[in-house]
Order: sequence, then C-alpha cells, then structure tokens
Amino acid sequence: MRVFVSVNEVSAGLSGGAREMLMISRGKAGQLTRRQFVAAGALGGAALAVGCKASKQGDWEALTDEQARTLAVICDQIVPADDFPSASQAGVLNYIDRQLMRHYRRHREAYREGLEKAEALSRKRFGHGLALLAEPQKLEIVNALAAANGKFFSLVRNHTMEGYYGSPRHGGNRDAVSWRMLGLAEPPVRGRAQYDLTKAAS
Amino acid sequence: MKRVNAVIVGAGAAGGIVAKELAVAGLSVVLLERGKWYTANDCRKDDLRNQRTTVLGNAFGPEDEGNPRVWVDAKGAAHTSLPSEGVYQNDAACVGGGTLSYGAQAWRYLPQDFRMRSTYGAPAGSSLEDWPISYDDLEPFYEKAEYEIGISGDYSGTPFHGPRKRPLPMPPLPPGREFGILEPAAKRLGLHPFHIPMARNSVPYNGRGPCMRCRWCVGFACEVDAKNGSQNTVIPIALGTGNCELRTECMVKEILTDDRGRARGVAYFDESGHLHEQLCDLVVVSGCAVESARLMLNSKSRLFPDGLGNRYDQVGRNLQGHHYTGAVGFFDFETYDDIGPGATIAVSDYNHGTPGLCGGGMLANEFIRLPIHMVDRLPENTPRWGLGHKQAMRHWHKRCIQIFGPTQQIPTAIARVTVDPTVKDKWGLPVARISGNVHPHTFEIGEIQARRAETWLKEAGAIHTSLMAGKPEMVSAGQHQAGTCRMGNDPRNSVVNRDCKIHDVDNVFVIDSSVHVTNGGFNPALTIMAVAYFASDALKKNWKGTGFRS
Repeated sequence: MRVFVSVNEVSAGLSGGAREMLMISRGKAGQLTRRQFVAAGALGGAALAVGCKASKQGDWEALTDEQARTLAVICDQIVPADDFPSASQAGVLNYIDRQLMRHYRRHREAYREGLEKAEALSRKRFGHGLALLAEPQKLEIVNALAAANGKFFSLVRNHTMEGYYGSPRHGGNRDAVSWRMLGLAEPPVRGRAQYDLTKAAS
Repeated sequence: MKRVNAVIVGAGAAGGIVAKELAVAGLSVVLLERGKWYTANDCRKDDLRNQRTTVLGNAFGPEDEGNPRVWVDAKGAAHTSLPSEGVYQNDAACVGGGTLSYGAQAWRYLPQDFRMRSTYGAPAGSSLEDWPISYDDLEPFYEKAEYEIGISGDYSGTPFHGPRKRPLPMPPLPPGREFGILEPAAKRLGLHPFHIPMARNSVPYNGRGPCMRCRWCVGFACEVDAKNGSQNTVIPIALGTGNCELRTECMVKEILTDDRGRARGVAYFDESGHLHEQLCDLVVVSGCAVESARLMLNSKSRLFPDGLGNRYDQVGRNLQGHHYTGAVGFFDFETYDDIGPGATIAVSDYNHGTPGLCGGGMLANEFIRLPIHMVDRLPENTPRWGLGHKQAMRHWHKRCIQIFGPTQQIPTAIARVTVDPTVKDKWGLPVARISGNVHPHTFEIGEIQARRAETWLKEAGAIHTSLMAGKPEMVSAGQHQAGTCRMGNDPRNSVVNRDCKIHDVDNVFVIDSSVHVTNGGFNPALTIMAVAYFASDALKKNWKGTGFRS
C-alpha cells in the first residue's frame, strides 16, 4: 500500500493535465487550501487505484522492490544529495519504473540483467547487497559497474538525468526541484508581455 | 469517391501552400496527411517528448510503433531504426509538418546559394550543381512567403543578403541578454550581426497575437499560436475556400498511373487501414525529402518498373541536410535571461567568400536551453555523473552561450534514399533505406565554422569554450532534409524541371525540399515555402482545366 505523504507525491501520480491544474490552483504561498487538498486527495486516490492494479509485487510497476533498492543506490551515485535532493529523493525511480512499462519497455531486460550484475559485484567484493554498503563502498561498486558494464551504466545514467532534469509530468523531478535548483521559475511566468523591455535587455 | 483536380500528399510547409494556392485558384483539392492535426495541448512543455528531444518519443509523429526505417552504417551494415532515434532522420508527421514545432528561423538563401557549381566548381566526389532557377526568380515568392506566413526580423544590420523589394512585415522581438553580449563582440570582430528572421509574431499579425517569450519553443507547438507554420496560416485559408478537403491519418501507398503513363490518382490507407483510390487530374508530392522519394520509388508499374520519375536512377540521390557545428562558451557572469525563443542574433558574413572553401554557413546563438539539454553540454573536463556533474549543472546553466550554424553541405550522389527490400511499415509498405555519408569537404568547412564560433564567444568574454565539430559517419538529413528529387534541366541528372514537374510524367509534381539542388547555409523552411509558391504559380498558369469528362 502506497501512502502519499505530501502534496507533491500526490501530484506526481497524476496525469500532466490534472497536475498542472493542481499547480495553478495553489494559493499564493504554494500551499493548498484545505478544500483543494481534499480534492487532490480524491484525485490521488484514483491514481492510487490504478497503481495498485498495475503493481503486483510492491510499490512499483516494472521493478521488484529489490531491484528498486539496487537501482536507487546507483541513481543516487549519479545524482547524489547535497543541498538539493538526490536522484531517488527527487523521484527518479518513479520515472524509470514508469518508463520501463511504457517507452522503455525495450530496456527491461537490460535493467534486470544489469541490476543483477551490480548486486553480484557487491556481494563478491563486500559480501553484502548494494543497499547495505557504506557510501564509499557504494561508489566503488558503481564505478566498477561503469567499467564492467558501460552500456548498462550509460543507460541508467541517461535515464537518471532525464528523470532528474526532465519534466515532472513523467514522475521524476519531484516538484520541479532540479529546475528550482538551477534558479528557474516554475511554473514559468506565463503571458508575460514582450513589451516589458526592462527584463529583456541586459 | 469523387474525383478532384489535385491530390497533394503531405500537409507540411510546401503541401499547405500548394493546397492554398490551388484551392484559391478554384481547383478542387484533396490534401492527404499521414499524421494528425495536433494543437499545443498535445505536448505541453514536455521536454522529454517533443520534436527536438525525443527520448520518450516524437510528440508530432511518427510514432515509434510501426514506422521503422533502415539506415546503413559506414561499414555497410544495415540497421532498423525508430522514429525517435537520430539515425532515423525524422522531420515530423502532422498537419503543418515541421512548421508546427520548428524554431521558425525563416531565411532567404543568398544569390550564390543557387549557383554553387558556377561559383566554386564541383569538388571531387561531389554532385555540386547550380539550381535551374535563380534568387531573382524566387525573390517575389520569398516576399509572398514572408507576408503570408508572417516573418519578423530585421536585415538592416547586414550587407550579406540578396536584393529585396520590401522589408519584413514585422519588426524583430526585443533583444535578449545574449544579444546584448554577442552583438558588440561580433562588431569588434568586424562582423555584421543582425536579428534572425523568424516565422513568429512579434506584434499582432494575421489575426493572432505576439510571442509571449516562453522557454518552450523549438520542438514544441506554440501555446499562444504566435509561431507561424502552414497549419495556422495557409491550410485554414485553403479549407476556408470550400475547395480543399484535408484528410488526416491517411498514408499514401502509391501514385497510380494509367497505360498512357499519366497519373490517374493515388491509393491510400485511411486511419482504419482501409485502402482507397482517390482519382485526380494531377498529383503533388510534398512528403519531405525522405518520404517523397520513398513514395516515388514505391510507385512502380509496368511503364515505371523502377518507380515514378526514376528512369535514370536519380530519385533518392543527393540526400543532404546541414552539418551543424559551432562552440559553447562558458562565462563568469550570467548570460541566461529565461526569455524565449532564445535564438536572436546571427551573422552571415561566413556563408561565402573564404578562399579554399566551397561555401560556409550562417552562425547564430542557440534557442533557449532547457535543463535536460545542459546535461551533456558542460565544459569538457566535467565528470559525466556524480556530485561534480550536479554542481557543474548548477554553476553553468545560466552562464553559457552556444553559437552554431548549418554548414552548407556539398551534396554527393551516393547519399541516398532507396526502399528496403525486406523491412515494411505497419501498412506493409517498403520503408526508406538511408545510406551514404557526408562529403569530406563539408567537414573541413564545418571545422572552420566551429572555430569561428569559438572566436566570437571568446571575444564576448567566454572563459572556457568547447568545440562542437563532430564528423558523423552517416548522412545528415534530419529536419533539414533535402535534395532527393533534384530540380534540373537534364532528365539524366535530375528528377523535376524548374516548375517541379517530374520529367517523365506530365501531371506529377514534387514540391518540397526534395527539389533543392543545394540546401544553402541556412534553415531551409522559407526556401521550401518560396519554392512552393513559385511552383504553384507555374502550375496555375499551366492549368488547362480538368482532364476528366464529367
């Protein structure tokens, strides 16, 4: 059972259109009014029902819980946390998981094999699964994976970047966190007058 | 199905214009389009799924499912490709074609661009040729395109353009921050920077409002309909005449010919896969360079066993696009202003006149970057992942400028489209097979263009630069694809005559970028449009009424 802990998680589960409506309907401080929150909860419930139907083995559509744990470690080495969230904190797994059921169906086998290999590397070198290792050991294994299985690692690297820096509508970049990190207004100011030259000229 | 005067295959830049011109002249027209009629609501700010960034597919067609092509690598091995992959050489499949989602640069080619062989001679291994028409022949039609489609910009800063009778109908958009940084630098280098001509409303025009300067421009359909393509200009006019019927999601199978060797119509699959015959007096093929060639080659019959217009094995040859090169400059101050469309400033000082080089190309700053575009555009020593990459994203995203441009290609006869002997699409039609490569001299020009871009960026204050001057081992076609049904006077080395009529058959025309002999050092859209007006004009003048007995 998946519990939505924040408005952003709720909105991440919605279709793009519904999500955008939600963002537009926010109050000035970016907060939802109680009434809007209830409405969002109802929408989220609908999304949840669909999600349950699709996921047979846990919280994910394509991944098993174990695969997701392994993938989270790899993604978080690709975009680690600092003052801003890591890949998994920003919903990158959400993005990859969804796309593995959609546009990236063709990569599912590569993920299955690649994640197995990452686990095997970890067990062989440290005697534990990847998720149980200390940070420097995780980095060591991810480096080893990049060297031993460059094609798979590139795939994950690119998908992680897409999930982190791409549009929140696909399940990653939760609450447009990477765009905020880059200092971009989100949602962008709409309908701004092209005649406002004070902002146009440097 | 009712017979009509004209069937036009493809509702893109050229097809839309021909439809409008013929419908307004009173001909009955059926405009067939394999894609859908999209609006901006079909791809709202989706930076992973649009026509430029296609990691999750094309927003405006074709879909990955059921539309393969084959490409042949440098070693001669054939691979099947998906429409969202670069090697597919996609343009778009929708009403408006590429003009729904393009960046909308609307350039006139230069007079020399129509006389490349006379100007430079043909380099060894090339098929460099002159056009059978000149800049002066096209000038009135460039002007017509600029006014009917709606172009903003200002040529007054540069002497490097052909003679023109009227200024552009709209002023340029106010300059962005990059313009302010790059303009004085270009002037210090003795260049002539100016405002890029754009098919984008800077003021209300044609009943629609101006650009709202958002960052979701190239690759996207415009949310406020300020970007001008055939879908919001000429096609609505064509439909408004009552003489034109647009049928979407209709894939043309072949052009049908009678036993006297004239076209009698087309066979096409509708959206549910049913095969229809649409009979007509004349057929206009406007499917863009790859698909137009494919349709001609797939239109085989007893009289035309190798495909229509292909008596001398010319259909599909001379495939070209542009070889894009340039540089990225990194600055110690903010260059990013979050104001679209981003591309604002260009120089065309380098298109011609460099000793030893057969041409060159325009250089301009790039469209506004989205975060996803920056991921692989960081300074060269940046780690590809990890904390270093994340910090570099943060540091450089607002502190870089990219300058690049479309190097004019030296065409070759071996860069070509054929139809694959085995791979078929979802309708069972043989797919396009793309083979050949870029002429080596094109790479030499591209390399020098990249260094010129770098020099400009350094003059503007860049503290690091990285060159973009790859040498891909395959043809370059993509959204600027052209050349596959070359215009010429000699049937042995061209496919259509100066009026875009194929040499072999009286009532079949190819009107799109396929007829470009060479592709200029500029984005080709406005030239495609001008040629479409030019050819429509000839078509209307030569029109002698229907051949059908009613």
